[in-house]
Amino acid sequence: MSSVTQLLKQAQDEIVAADNQASLDKVRVKYLGKKGSLTSYLKELGSLPSDKRAEAGKAINDAKNSLMSEIKLRQSELQADSIASKLLLDKLDVSLPGRGQKPGRVHPITRTLQRITDIFTSAGFETRIGPEIEDDYYNFTALNIPENHPARAMHDTFYLESGELLRTHTSPVQIRAMQNEGAPIRLIAPGRVYRCDSDLTHTPMFTQIEGLAVGADISFANLKAVLYEFVSNFFEREIELRFRPAYFPFTEPSAEVDIRAESGEWLEILGCGMVHPNVLRNVDIDSEKFRGYAFGMGVDRLAMLRYGVDDLRLFFENDLPFLAQFS
Amino acid sequence: MRVNLQWLKEWINFEFDSDELANKLTIGGLEVGSIEQIHLEAKGIVVAKIIETQPHPDADRLVICQVSTGKHDHTVVCGAPNARKGLMTAYAPSGSVFPDGRKIEATKIRNILSDGMLCSSYDLNLTDDNKGLIELESDAPIGSSFDKFLGLDDVVLDLELTPNRGDCFSILGVAREVAALTNKNLNSYAFNSVKAKSTEKLSVKLSAEDSCPRFVGRVIKGVSNKLFTPSWITERLRRVGLRKINPIVDITNYVMLELGQPLHSYDYDNLSGSINVRYGKKSETLSLLGDSVIKLDSDVLVIADDAGPVGLAGIMGGSSTAVETSTVNIFLEAAFFTPSSIIGRARKYALHTDASHRFERGVDPEGQIRAIERATELIIDIVGGEAGPTTVYENAQYLPEAPSVVLRRSKLESILGMTVEPEVVESIMCRLGMSLEKKEDSWVVTPPSFRFDINIEEDLIEEVARIIGYDTLPVISEKCTQKLGISTEKKLSEYHVINRLVERGYSEVISYGFVEKQLEKSINPDSELVSIINPLSSELSVMRSSLWPGLLGVARRNLSRQQSRIRIFEMGSVFCMKSNKISEKQSLAGLALGPIYSEHWDFDDKDVDYFDIKSDVESLFDLTNLDCEIEFLSAEHPALAKGKTARILKENKPIGWIGELHPSFQQSLELKSAVIMFSLDITSLLLHKVSVYQQYSKYPSVRRDLALVLHEDIKGTEVVSCIKKAGGELLKEIKIFDLYRGKGIESSEKSLAVGLILQHTSRTLNDTDIDKIIGAVTRRLKDDLGAAIRK
Repeated sequence: MSSVTQLLKQAQDEIVAADNQASLDKVRVKYLGKKGSLTSYLKELGSLPSDKRAEAGKAINDAKNSLMSEIKLRQSELQADSIASKLLLDKLDVSLPGRGQKPGRVHPITRTLQRITDIFTSAGFETRIGPEIEDDYYNFTALNIPENHPARAMHDTFYLESGELLRTHTSPVQIRAMQNEGAPIRLIAPGRVYRCDSDLTHTPMFTQIEGLAVGADISFANLKAVLYEFVSNFFEREIELRFRPAYFPFTEPSAEVDIRAESGEWLEILGCGMVHPNVLRNVDIDSEKFRGYAFGMGVDRLAMLRYGVDDLRLFFENDLPFLAQFS
Repeated sequence: MRVNLQWLKEWINFEFDSDELANKLTIGGLEVGSIEQIHLEAKGIVVAKIIETQPHPDADRLVICQVSTGKHDHTVVCGAPNARKGLMTAYAPSGSVFPDGRKIEATKIRNILSDGMLCSSYDLNLTDDNKGLIELESDAPIGSSFDKFLGLDDVVLDLELTPNRGDCFSILGVAREVAALTNKNLNSYAFNSVKAKSTEKLSVKLSAEDSCPRFVGRVIKGVSNKLFTPSWITERLRRVGLRKINPIVDITNYVMLELGQPLHSYDYDNLSGSINVRYGKKSETLSLLGDSVIKLDSDVLVIADDAGPVGLAGIMGGSSTAVETSTVNIFLEAAFFTPSSIIGRARKYALHTDASHRFERGVDPEGQIRAIERATELIIDIVGGEAGPTTVYENAQYLPEAPSVVLRRSKLESILGMTVEPEVVESIMCRLGMSLEKKEDSWVVTPPSFRFDINIEEDLIEEVARIIGYDTLPVISEKCTQKLGISTEKKLSEYHVINRLVERGYSEVISYGFVEKQLEKSINPDSELVSIINPLSSELSVMRSSLWPGLLGVARRNLSRQQSRIRIFEMGSVFCMKSNKISEKQSLAGLALGPIYSEHWDFDDKDVDYFDIKSDVESLFDLTNLDCEIEFLSAEHPALAKGKTARILKENKPIGWIGELHPSFQQSLELKSAVIMFSLDITSLLLHKVSVYQQYSKYPSVRRDLALVLHEDIKGTEVVSCIKKAGGELLKEIKIFDLYRGKGIESSEKSLAVGLILQHTSRTLNDTDIDKIIGAVTRRLKDDLGAAIRK
């Protein structure tokens, strides 16, 4: 039945030629619909002699199956084409910036303070805080700085009309903690402090963190160890340190600690020492039974060194382009 | 304290250079702040003598000088008032170069050829004195190099001495320290006692003997103070920063710098009667050098004669008895004033002097006679005169007693964390001039009279440590009992809050705790001010009662620097005064202005409003996970716009504010766009509820929307709580999804669209269930709030 073969061939050509769903549908209806050409062959099957019917029937069915699968194939091809061309229309410029709120920045001093706090808390120093407005006793007297002591002049204190003062260091926090908790004790005391001084390297308010460890066997050698470790952890490299004798009324012996900058010069970063027995006495800790070390550092100064900021005042001007740099 | 090395080397020999010396001093505890090279910046200057002068024919103010450099004579035209025959001075011949690089050449000055220049101290950049030519002593070596003659090849170390080391405020003191640090001996020095040539003396009464237990005086008559001070003295004074005044004053300054004992000289002829060291009286005044007059008080120690006070003891002399060039007879004073009698007084009168600085920190109580003898020797040598006897007035019982301090080896070793051999301790004590009594396992140590800072065992331990060298001391980690860290979930750290705001686009700022008084007053008119007595500037004179002044300042600054979109926050202490008591709390505040999002290709640039910032505040409460109710109540705040302000309450307690900056503020601060601000008590944010799992329904939820018409004054929260009450347990969530005013709605009313989400825990809801709930809700809304369903 060459006519079936011919019809099949013709239908196949039309399937390939159909370039959209509608024309493909037309082809399907034309050949396989109720009135379609192939369907009409099937209807004519009854008029054939019975011995040829089976053969002709098979040929028609084969042709029908073949057409159906080819239409299906073509259909999925057309679908894929249509998605592809839709996508082509919706193409994104993937290089354009994303949408939404962009994050802000943590202030570099806060960031530095947080790092310092983390380093010490992981070694068992607990954070204690205290008020910024203090009285004379906690800021000076309890720390072995009696009235008229020349060291008071070193502190350039802001006084309030109420008779109180703005703390010049966070040491009052140590005093309160020792009073309340006794010995042994290990703490750090971060916070803002004030001195009436303003130039390239001084701002009237700055951030300090102090540390204190009081125990039965604490020595100056332990103090050196904790500071060596702190400095190398903070700067994430080995750094040469220099301890030199200094004077603080609340520690004896006292030291100032310098780090060797990459330029070779020594930069002072902190003050420290063994807690003065008078200070321990003032908080009712027996200085024959317990000893302690204490240290204090300017967080702003460490932030300057860490991030290469050369003017302290930048931290308090809070220019957004400045802050934006500290991601 | 400035130390000149040429001078220092008279007291101790050392081979190391200035850098090494500076390092040794610094690591020994005398921090060297700077090292200054002293040299003559000019080149080719020589010592010369003016052998003849004659007036310039064409200029009244100029003189023609014949200048001799020994081998040659030169004609130099000069305009200095002190150009005179016989003057020894500094001469810049043709070919020499001035510090500013100017080359000196022979030039005609008003038709006379001037071969070079005669120099002032200013010309050579030595001092700022440009009033006349440098004057040198008559026996200065003519023709020799000026810088060699003055020894202008020196180094000055600037020591930043700590208050406890008053003993180092002298060349002698620093020399002693160098000796101790380097284990050397001081050069031997012997002071000649100057024999009295007259019996003239002034009687001194120590009324305040506990404040001035020793007073050494001496009368010297017949000095010629018109002479000038030799250059070797004035040069040394110049290098450490003191001006030349007149020979007697220069010499007393010189001896103070050398030995650390402040001296004072009086014009003997202007003193009336005898001297009394006593405390001042309220009615008294004293006229000081420089003619300022101060009012005395009963806590100020004075030196008085029969007519009244003639000097502030240990601080400054009075003008009536000051030594001038015309002075012929002098009275010299070297006293020991106790630190406590001087401390604070100089500050009280704003008269910080070299003398008060030394007395406050403590001068050697044994150093007065030595200083008087040294000064007398120099005075007689330089300005002549006849000295009377050195008279000592004292009450030894008030002189400071050197303490005996016990140093236990065990304590020393436990504090330093190392073994220290007894010989090492003994050698160190000896180097420091301490006397030592050896006991079993301890020593009784007596410090020398010049050390005021050795009082307890720890002081001695520091001495041992610093002489051994801090860097040599061991580094030993503490033996710690292991203790696990804590990771708390019930408390939030401030960093959680900071990070939340940072994620939401805010940058953290830090501003000063004190603010402008005016701004503070206008933001918080009702609160009492916490004022600073001594502010840095009168502007920043009160403590902040909120963080807003700081944020507004930062916003203004950034706006003026082309930042048009600002989102900032600060966390810090705020202060308030109530019935004379100051309270302090931790606050958090934020400020936003400009577009909600930074400019974007696909966003419109709508500016932030109340609701943008409210959502940021809500996100902070979300951190806490607490069930408690947070309310935003319409309220009024002096800094915020009426109708756009809410007070934030947590469990009915006010904890903060949010709103738009009042337009009048916005105008006065020159802010162009609306500013939204909030502030919160930070403690309200730091508690966190640990989550507890609750079973949740897996059956489908159903949503029903209601469009309500209600009176304008009814708040969204009222609608929500009304719906909640009627909705029962199947009502899971309420969403307010539209607010409409305008056409179709009365002007006193608004339309609110709410979505109700209903869900059953164990089955699918059917229409009957739903209708029942919606019916109850609409009835309740109508009864309680008069709300109608919009058709």
